[in-house]
Amino acid sequence: MLNDLDSLMLEKVAELHGVPEGAYNIRKNGEGAGRNVTANIDIVTKEDKPGIDVIVKPHTQGESVHIPVIVTQEGLNDMVYNTFEIGEEADGQIVAGCGIHNAGEKQAEHDGVHEFFIRKGARIRYIEKHYGQGEGTGKKILNPQTIIHAEENSVVELELIQIMGIDNTVRDTEVHLADGAKLIVTERLLTTGGQEAKSNITVEMTGEDTSAQIISRSVAQGRSRQDYYFDLIGRNKCRGHIQCDAIIMEEAVVLSTPKISAYHSDAQLVHEAAIGKLESEQLVKLMTLGLTEKEAEDTILKGFLR
Amino acid sequence: MLELKGIDLRVEAEATVQILEHIDLTLLEKKIYAITGPNGSGKSSLARVIMGISKPTSGTIHFDGKDITETDITERARMGIGYAFQHPPRFKGIKVRDILTLSKADKSDQGGVCDLLYSVGLCSQDYLNRDLDASLSGGEIKRVEIATILAQNLKLAVFDEPEAGIDLWSFQRLAETFKEMHEKTDTTIVIISHQERILELADEIILMADGTIKRNIPKDEILRKGFVDDLCACKANCGKRGMEAC
Repeated sequence: MLNDLDSLMLEKVAELHGVPEGAYNIRKNGEGAGRNVTANIDIVTKEDKPGIDVIVKPHTQGESVHIPVIVTQEGLNDMVYNTFEIGEEADGQIVAGCGIHNAGEKQAEHDGVHEFFIRKGARIRYIEKHYGQGEGTGKKILNPQTIIHAEENSVVELELIQIMGIDNTVRDTEVHLADGAKLIVTERLLTTGGQEAKSNITVEMTGEDTSAQIISRSVAQGRSRQDYYFDLIGRNKCRGHIQCDAIIMEEAVVLSTPKISAYHSDAQLVHEAAIGKLESEQLVKLMTLGLTEKEAEDTILKGFLR
Repeated sequence: MLELKGIDLRVEAEATVQILEHIDLTLLEKKIYAITGPNGSGKSSLARVIMGISKPTSGTIHFDGKDITETDITERARMGIGYAFQHPPRFKGIKVRDILTLSKADKSDQGGVCDLLYSVGLCSQDYLNRDLDASLSGGEIKRVEIATILAQNLKLAVFDEPEAGIDLWSFQRLAETFKEMHEKTDTTIVIISHQERILELADEIILMADGTIKRNIPKDEILRKGFVDDLCACKANCGKRGMEAC
């Protein structure tokens, strides 16, 4: 049964108000807490290790799968392996995400390995939100590893969002694109206090006419630290673009290493990286509209992380 | 309605630089004022002092009889003073719709933003959901900037070179927008400009040079071609008035 706290977590990480419609699997404190399958989407528990297989039938259109994880038990170190099989020409959305509520002194951790097989012509949007809360001193830790194999002419959109409350995260994302496959990654990250976040994204554009776009925006406040490493590898005729922007505040530290690697003369790769303070002219402009300095700052940051 | 007395603005760099020197200026309700003069004459600095962005080194500012010399930007905005930037900042993740909604006196009122864009010659369908970032051209962002001023129910609106970066068609439209604003509202309008067409709209032209206001020069004389160029420190009639450097 899900209690009020669980419902709040579901709302934060999956924008769910109650149990979702369609296929879903809710994992709470390392155990299954609810599942539904549909005619087109099956969810099967793995037998050799913790985790599930999500199987979307070929040609499935417009369905979504919610697979949120809730951790409310201090001292828990939850590890999960999920595999996603997205059938040919299927088109749908997967909403993942993890919410940790840690009221204790011991750390609570959830690590996930997600492997995707996106078959020919399929189109998938994967949304992963991370959220932490709790008055306890115990750390809230999330380490997701995402491996994506995108077959010919498939389209993959990733939205990776960590807005608040996670003390430590190491996010590893690895994508392989076959002929004509397209990838769009949108990453949003906010760290505060003494939080640390690390994100590594490697994209291998092996196929011909592949394209990849990574847009990363982050805000680092307090004494927090962010470390980014992006590598776009072009092994064929392809187009790739990395754009990472960070707003740095107070005593925070941001390291950004955008790398582009071309192994083919028709690989067109671009990277842009910028780290800077809030622009004073932006603050002033909003203050001339009647906002206080604090309201102006919040408005700029909220927009930036949208 | 606005009275500046003895305004000095000095900036301490390697040496002290006098930006504005003893400015006395009174603006009346529902009038249009144009401020013109060569680059570096202090026009934008004066506008920023009026908005509260720059603090004068000495002198006083009164607005509707109240001393606002120490009043901050936010409070001045809430009192009805507005300022359209010469180079409006761009925002990542903030949309044209957002900035127009924020500009409105009633910030929860979503209505009327389409009309605001129409007033500055932009199609709301094309622009409301555009980000206010580098994807907008210089002319587009200037027009949105002007719309943020029109959105506010202002007592005093200061436009800093609204024509800069705007193409000819939009410029003609811009002059109409100022006329309309003048006819339909009681707003006192101050426009920093080099354009004859804008200067002609003004009830009074304020001529600035070397951080001071030059007085007793007839409007016809100021409008004479080459007059402002002659005031420029470089003395060259280069035709580049209003550009970054001349």
